[in-house]
Amino acid sequence: MKDLLVQAIADIQEDEALTLAARLLDAGAPAKTILDACREAMCIVGDRYERREYFLPELVVSGETLKRIAALIRPEAREAAATEPLARILIGTVAGDIHDIGKEIVAFMLAANEFEVRDLGVDVSASRFVQEVKEARPDILALSGFLTLAYDSMKETVAALSTAGLRDQVKIMIGGAPMDDGVRDYVGADAYGPDAMAAVRIARRFAGGG
Amino acid sequence: MDEQAEVLYRERKQRILDAVALRKPDRVPIVSPFQLFPYTYAGVPFREAMYDYAKAREACHKFVDDFQPDADFGPVLAYAGKPMDTLGLKWFRWAGHGLPEHAMYQFVEGEYMTAGEYDEFLYDPSHFLASKWLPRSFGALAAFSDFPAMRRMMWFGWTGLLAGLARPEMRQALAAALQAGEELAEWFASLARYAAEIKAKGFPQAYAGFSWTPFDLVGDTLRGTRGIMGDVIRRPEKLLQAVEKATPIAIEYGLSAAGADLPLCWIWPHKGSAGFLSDRQYARFYWPFLREVIEALVARGVIPVIYFEGDETPRLKHLAEVPPGKVWFHFATMDMARAKEVLGGIACISGNLPSHLLLTGTPEDVRRCCRSLIDTCGRDGGYIMDTSVMVDEAKPENVRALFDFTREYGVY
Ligand code: B12
Repeated sequence: MKDLLVQAIADIQEDEALTLAARLLDAGAPAKTILDACREAMCIVGDRYERREYFLPELVVSGETLKRIAALIRPEAREAAATEPLARILIGTVAGDIHDIGKEIVAFMLAANEFEVRDLGVDVSASRFVQEVKEARPDILALSGFLTLAYDSMKETVAALSTAGLRDQVKIMIGGAPMDDGVRDYVGADAYGPDAMAAVRIARRFAGGG
Repeated sequence: MDEQAEVLYRERKQRILDAVALRKPDRVPIVSPFQLFPYTYAGVPFREAMYDYAKAREACHKFVDDFQPDADFGPVLAYAGKPMDTLGLKWFRWAGHGLPEHAMYQFVEGEYMTAGEYDEFLYDPSHFLASKWLPRSFGALAAFSDFPAMRRMMWFGWTGLLAGLARPEMRQALAAALQAGEELAEWFASLARYAAEIKAKGFPQAYAGFSWTPFDLVGDTLRGTRGIMGDVIRRPEKLLQAVEKATPIAIEYGLSAAGADLPLCWIWPHKGSAGFLSDRQYARFYWPFLREVIEALVARGVIPVIYFEGDETPRLKHLAEVPPGKVWFHFATMDMARAKEVLGGIACISGNLPSHLLLTGTPEDVRRCCRSLIDTCGRDGGYIMDTSVMVDEAKPENVRALFDFTREYGVY
């Protein structure tokens, strides 16, 4: 039944996936089985997106399906079943910017590739990033920005981390439509990536100590 | 109108009409929706332009005088601040309302129609908009949630309608609406005055109407990006019905351009670009309805200007289905040689000069880019010079290079 669940999520059969997940849980399946199925399905979805078989509709619906399935599992069980991630990543769209589709795709692909991702949402201020880095101690900070004004928001965020003495503790990558390596220099980040797969490659490099 | 201005006006207008009709004008026309730039260039904070209509006109005049575009937008792209205040507009942030005084306004997307409300919209779009969309969009119109349904006005239904309008909360909302209406009349008068003033100087107005693609009317205004993308999979039939319903409405919007001296109707598509929908989804939900709008406008003599802001490369084969010589496609991200190849003999194309070049590049960079655009797709007409996306920030010397070089090098 686990394979059917993987298939249902990956084929964007939302109702079927939810029914299957509920049935598995009722039958006493461990949370880990369900979460593994979700991860497997995410990889397939990510792959199909990369190959341009899937587009935004499929990503939006499968992303929400995963959230709804996760909500079926009790939080303690979820925690106990968590596998050791490659690295912990904090992601958000910077201050003044509310675009979130690209950021969510990046978060989705990172999670599909065994990273633990915490998403702070959009219009995240420099001080909020600092506070969250202080509390959650992530290995990597991923900043999304889609507007020209995001250059300065990113710069401020990086500067605020330096001021707080946290800059050396996280690797910072940036991305979003108008970003490039020039912007990376300008804001003082460690890496820039043009798309979600690049985000995964960079995160792997960071996690490997690169 | 003085004689020389009249000649210039006719020349400019003809240049654009020729390019759209795929004839060779005297030179490549240049028409570009500069948004924030005219105000920063004139030293007018954007907030002031949104509230002081005379100041906005003044700034736009300076832009027109100094750069001499073949057609001009004027203050319409700055919107009117006063009615937005009066009504408490929620889906915008603007200078002084969450943004600094020099900032361009920003659209705040939301779900202004829930997934469960499709039937209500389909049954009576007007009432849905009045009783749900208006109160969700404007703080001062909260009482419209009890707006009496006009469709029940018949026989003695009018009694309920009028009694409903007379309720104290509704009176207050209506008073706000009236005040905003007066403020808007002032703004429209300012726009009309500006159009007359530039005409007297020999410049046509760049727009006669605005419209939407039917899919985006539903996606941008009602469901939001996430909402509509989910609907493509979860409730395709309902979504199709809503897009169908939105189609004649979009046509109606655009027909306001019919009969105008330069009948350009601008449409800004959003959610059909590459990466958003698969080709099958695009062919089912997006293109047939946009094509219907284009054809209906063309049939009434309107020139649709479809201003694409994303990458439309995979959509070119669809775009080639429009009536030849009647449509103007603007591209942001595009291999223009390829576009010329597919759309040559079918539609006029414009755009593709990277807007950020105007901010980060040098005049020489801009000239080089203009030259290459004119060489690739402007050689035998059917091309209009324009930036990739609307211009907010730019160095004046780069803008000058764009206009001067096009005028010089773009001569046929
Ligand atoms: C959809 C959209 C919107 C929607 C957003 C809906 C939402 N929930 O996100 C709405 C309508 C709300 C919107 C509003 C505005 N928008 Co907008 N919007 C777009 C649009 C059309 C598509 C963006 C998108 O989702 N693309 C699809 C995703 C999948 O691609 P992506 O965003 O590039 O993300 C990928 C990569 O960039 C990368 N990536 C992203 N983040 C990260 C992070 C890391 C670490 C890495 C490595 C990689 C990475 O991976 C992603 C997946 O592959 C773009 C134009 C465009 N074609 O890009 C304009 C665009 C981004 N918007 C623009 C503008 C100007 C605005 C507004 C100011 C317009 C206005 N005047 O109201 C407002 C601003 C609102 C605000 N405060 O943020 C401009 C920005 C120009 C600029 N440089 O400043 C653009 C480029 C349009 C244009 N051509 O002018 N917009």
